Amino acid sequence: MPLDSALPALDVDADFWSLRFVEEASDDHVVRKNVALPLTTSLDRGVMASVYADGGYGYAATGDTSPDGLKRVLQRARDWAKVTARHAIADSQALPRPAPQGRYASPAGIAATAALSHKQWFDLLMAESQSAGDDPRLVDWEVSCEVVRTTQRLVTSGGGDVVQHYRFLMPSVSVTAHADGDTIVRTLNGYRGICQQGGEEILARFGFAGSTRRVADEALELLAAPNCPSGTMDVLLAPDQMVLQIHESIGHPLELDRILGDERNFAGTSFVTADMFGSYRYGSELLNITFDPTRGEELASYAFDDDGTRAEKMHLIRAGVLERPLGGAISQQRAGLPGVANARACSWNRPPIDRMANLNLEPGTSTFDGMVSAIELGVYMQTNCSWSIDDSRNKFQFGCERGRMIRNGKLAEVIKRPNYRGVSASFWRSLAHVGNADTLEVLGTPYCGKGEPSQVIRVGHASPACVFTGVDVFGGEA
Amino acid sequence: MSVEDTMEAYFHAIAAALDGATARGERYAATFDGEDTDFVRLNQGKVRQPGSVSQRYLTLRLVQDRRHAEHRQSLTGDLAIDTASAVAALSALRSAVTDAHDDPHLLLPASVQSSATHRGGDLPPAADVVDRILDAAHGSDLVGLYAAGPVFRGFADSSGQRNWHSTTTFNLQFSLYHRADKAVKSGYAGFRWDDAAFAARMHDARERLALVAQPARSLSPGKYRVYLAPSAVDEIAGLLGWGAFSGRALATQQSALSRMGSDGGERLDPRVSFREDTANGVAPSFQAEGFTRPSMIPLVEKGVLVGSLVSPRTAREFGLDANGANSHESPESFAMDAGDLAAADALAALDDGLMIGNLHYLNYSDRNACRITGMTRFATFRVQHGRIVAPADVLRFDDSIYRLFGANLEALTVERELLLASETYGCRQMSSSELPGALIREMAFTL
Repeated sequence: MPLDSALPALDVDADFWSLRFVEEASDDHVVRKNVALPLTTSLDRGVMASVYADGGYGYAATGDTSPDGLKRVLQRARDWAKVTARHAIADSQALPRPAPQGRYASPAGIAATAALSHKQWFDLLMAESQSAGDDPRLVDWEVSCEVVRTTQRLVTSGGGDVVQHYRFLMPSVSVTAHADGDTIVRTLNGYRGICQQGGEEILARFGFAGSTRRVADEALELLAAPNCPSGTMDVLLAPDQMVLQIHESIGHPLELDRILGDERNFAGTSFVTADMFGSYRYGSELLNITFDPTRGEELASYAFDDDGTRAEKMHLIRAGVLERPLGGAISQQRAGLPGVANARACSWNRPPIDRMANLNLEPGTSTFDGMVSAIELGVYMQTNCSWSIDDSRNKFQFGCERGRMIRNGKLAEVIKRPNYRGVSASFWRSLAHVGNADTLEVLGTPYCGKGEPSQVIRVGHASPACVFTGVDVFGGEA
Repeated sequence: MSVEDTMEAYFHAIAAALDGATARGERYAATFDGEDTDFVRLNQGKVRQPGSVSQRYLTLRLVQDRRHAEHRQSLTGDLAIDTASAVAALSALRSAVTDAHDDPHLLLPASVQSSATHRGGDLPPAADVVDRILDAAHGSDLVGLYAAGPVFRGFADSSGQRNWHSTTTFNLQFSLYHRADKAVKSGYAGFRWDDAAFAARMHDARERLALVAQPARSLSPGKYRVYLAPSAVDEIAGLLGWGAFSGRALATQQSALSRMGSDGGERLDPRVSFREDTANGVAPSFQAEGFTRPSMIPLVEKGVLVGSLVSPRTAREFGLDANGANSHESPESFAMDAGDLAAADALAALDDGLMIGNLHYLNYSDRNACRITGMTRFATFRVQHGRIVAPADVLRFDDSIYRLFGANLEALTVERELLLASETYGCRQMSSSELPGALIREMAFTL
C-alpha cells in the first residue's frame, strides 16, 4: 500500500478529490483466571476516496489499493457525487479544498513497534493475573493489553500529503467477586479507560504492575460494603468518572453534526442550538473545556484531522460560557460557525464525521484534600460503570464502581453502587470546585460510537477531580 | 455466476490454498466476512453522505496440539494476492503458536457439518432508490440511512468443513422530524424493494408525525401504566443480550439474570418465554469456530431460566454443552413468545398511561438486580381513556426487569414484529429479533 511512496498518475473528472489510506495492526494479549487466551492479531488495510463534482459529494472505499483499485474507487466516488448532486445538502463547490502538508508521530514514534514481544506480554500479564490471590469469592478476573499501530496518509488533488503514525497502548484489569447473592466488578479505571499513545512507559504511569491485587482487594471490600444512600448531596467525582461526565454531557451535545441534525435518526440530537455559541452559560465560571490535540500522550492527539484541517488547541467553553462547537470544516461551512479540526473516521471504510478527539477539562486550583474538606455530606465516586443519557444529551444517569461517603469534610466508609442523575443544562452550573493538576488524569475510551454508517472511534479525556453540589444520589436495588 | 456465487468460489479457493499449506499436526479454521454496500446518509430530506464500501476480511486460526493463535486481515478482492497473503499469515501464525501457552479451554468441532445458504435480493440501483425515498419524503424533514447490497459470511477448516451464508438485502432506517426532539421513527427492510410497501410505511409515518406535532406534555416523574411497542421491547432485549444469556456470565455470576439461575430465585411472568430462534432469523447457522447452531435454543421458558448461549470455550471451561454461540454469547436471532392481546386493542387496554414507541440508551443501574434505566424516545404519547391525547416529552425510567416482565406484566400482543438489525458498526450486522408489544401495569420514571 502506498503509505509513503509515490502514487500512480490519477486523472479524475472532479472539482476535488482525496485518497485516505489507513493501515492498522493490532496485537491483543489477554490472561483470564491465570489462563492465557490465544494471541489475537490483526492487519487492516484500505483506502477511501472522496470526490467533489458538480456540486455533489461522494465517497467509496476498498481494500484494493493497487493502481487500478485506486482508479476504480475514485471513479465510484465521483459517480456518487454526480448522481446525487441535485439532492446534496451542501454545495460541494463551496466547501474547502485542503492541501495540507505534514507529518505526525506518537511519542513512541515508529520505533516502538515491538517494545515487548508477545511472550513478554503474556509473561507480564500472567504474573499480574496470578497476583489476584486465591480468595474463593473471586469468581473471575482478566488482565489484558492491546497494542495498536496505525498509519494514515491523506493525499489531496491540490497537492496535499499528510502521513501520521500512531501507537496506542490499552491495558486493562477487571476482577469480579461474588458472595451471598451479590456480584461486584471492579476495574482499573474502567474497561480500557487507560488508553494512551506511546510506549510501555504508560504501564508505569498508571501503576499497572501490582494493580490486579489492589483491584481484587477493592472488589472484596465492596462486597461487604453498604449500599450508597439516596438523597440530595454533593459529589466529588474522580477523573475516571469525570471523563464519562465530560464525554456524554459536554462532548456529544457540542458535536456540530448533531446540532445540524445529521445524527437525529441514530445517536440523537442536541439540546445545544447554533444560536447559543458566544453567550450561553454552560457551567459555572470554573468550567473551562478545551479541544486539545497537542497533548502527546493523550489518545486522540494528531496534527491533521481526516479532512486535512490542521489541529490546534481551542477553548470550547471558557469560564463557563460556550464559545465554539466540535465541528470540522464541512460542518463549519454548513453552520456558519467556527469549529475545530475534528472530522474523523474510525478507519478506511467509514467517512469522516464530527467527533470528539481530546476533550479536556482544564485543571483548577483546589487540592483533593481541600475539596473533601469543603463537603459536609457527599459521596466520592470512582470509575464509571453505567451510563445513559437522553437523545438531546440532557437528562443523564451515571453509575460508578466504588464510592466513599464524605461527612463533615472527611472521607468515611466505602459504599457500593453509587449512582447519580441530573440534567446537563443545569448540572455543570453546580460545579463548585475544580481540582488542581495534581488530581488530573489523562484517560479516554477507544469505544465512542456514533454515525450512520456507524463508527467506533478513540477519544481522549483529561480531567481533574471535581465537586458538584446538590446532586440527586442513589444506590442499587434495596 | 451471481456475486454471491463468485464470492463463495473465491473464499473456497483461498481455503484450498490453506489446505495445501497446512503441515502435519496442524489444524486451521478460517472465517470470511465481507460486503459490498451502498450507504446513503440522509438529512433534512437531502443527501448528506453517499458512498460505497467494499470490504473482505479473513480470520485465520492455527492450532497445534492445545496451542493456538488467531490473525484477522483485510483482503484486496484479488484472488492471487489474497491467497498468497493468507498462506503468509498461516506461516506467521506458526511462529506465534510456537510461543503460545497450552490452552486448557480449547474446544474444536468434533464432526464436519458443511452448509450453504444463498438468499439473493432484487434491488434497484441505490441512486434510484434514493430518488424514490426523497420524492416520497418531499416537504418532510427526513433523516436516516439507506444501506443495501450483498453480505457474505463463510467458514472453512482443515477437516474439510465448508459453510457459506450470503444475503442481498436493503435496510432503510429513517425518522421524520417535527421539531427539536419530536419525531417518528420508521424503517423498511427486506430482500426486494417494493414501492407500494415503502409508500405504506411513509404514509404511516406521516400520520404518526401529525400526532407528534400536537403540543407536547411534560410529565412528572412517577409510576405510569405503559404500552411498549415491539421496537421498545427490542431495546430491552438488546440490553439483556449484552451478557444476560451468556453461559460464561451465568457461570461466573456476572449475568444480569444470575438471580434466575438458582432454585427459589427470581422468576418472570409465566407468559414470558425467550429463545434463540436461528431457524426463523437471518443470522448464519454456524459460528466463527465452525460449530453449527440448533434451530432453536430455549432461554427462558414460562418465566423460568432454562438455557444459555454457550460458546466452545465456555463449554470446555465450565463443563457445558456448546450450542453454537459466538465468543460474546449474545443472541443473534432473539425471539419472544406472543401473548393474547390484539395490537389493535393495545390503546384501549392501556386506557390511561403512556404509549412508548421507542426507548433509548439503556444501561443497568444495578446489574445484579437486573434493574435498568433508559429514556423514552421518538413517538411516546400520553394516553387517556384509550386515546392519544398528546406527545410526551422524554422521560427517564429506572425499573427492574423482574417487575416489568414479572408481577407488573399485564399482557403481550398476539402480533410479533420481525425486526432486522440495522447496526453497521464495522460491518452490516446479520441478526434479528421477533417480539410482541408489552402492556405493563406500572413502570417507574425518575427524571
